Amino acid sequence: MHDQHPREVTRNNVPDEWFTWRKKNKKEQEQLARPSLSYWKDAWRRLKKNYLAMSGMAFITILVSMAIFGPILSPYEANMGVLSEQYQPPSAKHWFGTDNAGRDVFTRTWQGARISLFVGFMAALIDVTIGIIWGGISGYKGGRTDNFMMRIIEILYGIPYLLVVILLLVVMGPSLMTIIIALTVTGWVGMARIVRGQVMQIKNYEYILASRSFGTKQSRIIRRGLLPNTMGPIIVQMTLTVPSAIFAEAFLSFIGLGISSPNASWGVMASDSLGAILSGNWWTLFFPAFFISVTMFAFNVLGDGLQDALDPKLRK
Amino acid sequence: MQKILEVNNLHVTFTTYGGTVQAVRGVDFHLNKGETLAIVGESGCGKSVTVNAVMRLIPNPPGKITKGKILFKDQDLTELKEKRMRAIRGVDISMIFQDPMTALNPTLTIGTQLKEGVKQHHSISDKEAEKRALEMMKLVGIPNPEERLKQYPHQFSGGMRQRIVIAIALICEPELLIADEPTTALDVTIQAQILELFEKIQKVTGISIILITHDLGVVAKIADRVAVMYAGKIIETGTKREIFYNPQHPYTKGLLHSVPRLDRKEKLQPIEGTPPDLFSPPLGCPFTARCPFAMEVCDKVYPKTVNQSDSHEVDCWLQDDRAKKLLTTAVKDK
Amino acid sequence: MFKYILKKLLMMLFTLWIIITLTFVLMLSVPGSPFNSESSSNEIVQQNLEKHYNLDQPIAVQYVLYLKSIITLEFGPSIKQPNQTVNDLLGRGFPISAELGLVTIIVALISGIAIGILAALRHNRIIDYIAMGIAVLGISIPNFILATLLIQQLAVNWSIFPVATWQGPLYMVLPVLALATGPMAIIARLTRSTMLEVLTQDYIKMAKAKGLAPWKIIVKHALRNALMPVITIMGTLLVGIMTGSFVIEQIFAIPGMGKYFVESINHRDFPVIMGTTVFYSSFLIIMLFLVDIAYGIIDPRIKVNKKEGEE
Repeated sequence: MHDQHPREVTRNNVPDEWFTWRKKNKKEQEQLARPSLSYWKDAWRRLKKNYLAMSGMAFITILVSMAIFGPILSPYEANMGVLSEQYQPPSAKHWFGTDNAGRDVFTRTWQGARISLFVGFMAALIDVTIGIIWGGISGYKGGRTDNFMMRIIEILYGIPYLLVVILLLVVMGPSLMTIIIALTVTGWVGMARIVRGQVMQIKNYEYILASRSFGTKQSRIIRRGLLPNTMGPIIVQMTLTVPSAIFAEAFLSFIGLGISSPNASWGVMASDSLGAILSGNWWTLFFPAFFISVTMFAFNVLGDGLQDALDPKLRK
Repeated sequence: MQKILEVNNLHVTFTTYGGTVQAVRGVDFHLNKGETLAIVGESGCGKSVTVNAVMRLIPNPPGKITKGKILFKDQDLTELKEKRMRAIRGVDISMIFQDPMTALNPTLTIGTQLKEGVKQHHSISDKEAEKRALEMMKLVGIPNPEERLKQYPHQFSGGMRQRIVIAIALICEPELLIADEPTTALDVTIQAQILELFEKIQKVTGISIILITHDLGVVAKIADRVAVMYAGKIIETGTKREIFYNPQHPYTKGLLHSVPRLDRKEKLQPIEGTPPDLFSPPLGCPFTARCPFAMEVCDKVYPKTVNQSDSHEVDCWLQDDRAKKLLTTAVKDK
Repeated sequence: MFKYILKKLLMMLFTLWIIITLTFVLMLSVPGSPFNSESSSNEIVQQNLEKHYNLDQPIAVQYVLYLKSIITLEFGPSIKQPNQTVNDLLGRGFPISAELGLVTIIVALISGIAIGILAALRHNRIIDYIAMGIAVLGISIPNFILATLLIQQLAVNWSIFPVATWQGPLYMVLPVLALATGPMAIIARLTRSTMLEVLTQDYIKMAKAKGLAPWKIIVKHALRNALMPVITIMGTLLVGIMTGSFVIEQIFAIPGMGKYFVESINHRDFPVIMGTTVFYSSFLIIMLFLVDIAYGIIDPRIKVNKKEGEE
């Protein structure tokens, strides 16, 4: 059609034959509504654009695989040192140098990554489990149940977190298990509050009310109707729990309540080598400190990125 | 009649993650002194953006006035420096917003919020400002103004808050008031009161008003002229009478048919479909896909503006003689 | 308002009671705790302990007397340091820790708010990205690592600041810097995000429509509302600063409460751990209570309304 009218058509020289009824194509009616991406696809698209969050994710992936394979690949034992090879600076033989007991810092760093990540992920997992159950019930039931459950949360929330952790560890004695227990005893409270808030908000939406009126079982409404729609904030909170647990573990090691010394965690390594900084053996402190910081950074930026991606309303 | 405001070929775009939204795509309208112009249209059609552009309150970035002129008393507002523009806002042109619940700062007293406008623009004492504030409170009909001046926004009902918002807008005696959906967030009975207040104010002060709304009932009550907006363009303008009794654009007709009426037993006819995506607006008339009279030409070229009368303009290909021929044959066929 | 305060007050007392009871129960169950009277090395210490904790009485009586001793602020003797009571340690250490904490919170508040506002006003520009990058870093680097880094660079390598102890303003710089960075970053992020939210509010638009000058809009309309959430997290920040001070005082050899606390943990000096925990918890809980009250006073909506109280 354009070939017949080589001149540009403006509103003043419209050809006569264009004045015929327009045929409606069926597709058009369907396409009128803008093609909407699914929530998760849309979130993923937004996350991919956030380079900082993506590099955080990449770092975490590498870290996890190094934590799994690092100690296996290394020719050295994490907890066994050769005293004659004490305090060797980084070299081809010992990439990250050796520490005060002649142990290979490279191997210990990945061994430490195992502990730190384990603590972080376990704490996050337990927090999520308890938090979803508690917050879900509290928010869904509402009324007096909610009131009572929230009171408990409020009280736990008022108790200074690390003090309770310290107290519990003093009593139970420090070990990997007790650290995780101590961290989660009051740690789940934040998650429960978030889940409750979400559930309270969503349960009044029409689609939930509708399925309620059909007589759907409560457990099914919670599982299928509510939880999937509360996942966004839960995932964000989980991502942010991991670094705070890693920090707490390092902090506890630092004040002498962490995993005991021949075992490696980043906190233990850092606190063991505090003196090293004055004597110039910087590498013993640098590597654990570097990895704690970068890991926390990676989780924090990933959490921020997820928050932006999963909650477009908050996107500024 | 003296034109107080004339907007020519206004274009506003927003740059977002998904691309550039062409929110306003060449809008022309004018406002005479002392009259009320209603701009109507569905949400997202660009009516708010248009008046925000007049106030130069489009957040930049992401928004930008890319083309066009906004002549207020013969000076082009688009060319003014921000500082000059500030001297116009509140003094010559005022604006009130949709939701009175959020338009007032919750942490400042009503008195403070009323007075700060006058104090900004006129060097007057706090006492004089307070006197002025009290006068305004009385004008908009707030009982016990002395007492209420010291109260916070949350101590007022929605209707009272909107009165206060209006008082704030009027305190410097502007010549033009822009009201962006001023009654949408209010109860129906309160709506009527606020509309009466507008009429009273216009009578007392002779102010010109631009009213944005999607409620044709509001238009019927207080507008002198009406501009119908669709997908970033004004598709039809006319006096209230012309638009209501002799609408020409299929969209305007659709709008009028989708309002329930007590005096006629017609079925409500909603307009099918949704407005086009303004990320990539259509080449031709944006209403084509929803239009019951769409022709081939509508898809391809945006229609000419046709004058029905001195005051009545419409952008539609159906006004073309060739379309009229097509229409008559279609009727004959049936 | 009165009801609001009363409710918060009751809540606070209940939380306090829980903590006190918790410490009592936990200490009772610790192997090698003073209550089991096996671990003490010293006759005098043992006698002091028995006298303070009334170990010859039944547990219920012990508990009541323990509650009484805490209400009268008698936290009992130390095991490892004979003739020292927890009160002595608190008396010596707390003023120093309080000074450190106070300076830290002031520094964190001022710098955090300033950075947050700047970032919000330059939203999505270079300054915003830099500020927020620094803020995430500040949150990510544990304070004890930052502290050692600061010592290494500013004290050992360049000798700008003294390394350790507590003898005047110059000695404060490094510990305060190490301690304030985290809270500062949190405040900056929060200020930025609330500021951005407030700036999109209708009342800001309204203020602009009045023709107010930009600085007036920011100071009078935006800032006040944007800083409300900062007040609500003050309690949490105080907790963070206090626990942070445990390690910071240790690293910088500051003779504050935190240092004694960490030493008592290392020595398993249970009465000191217990006393300090109770003291610190009480202190913090009272602070949280005060923050709540302050919030109620500053936000005019809380005084009267019941409907709009979002949280």
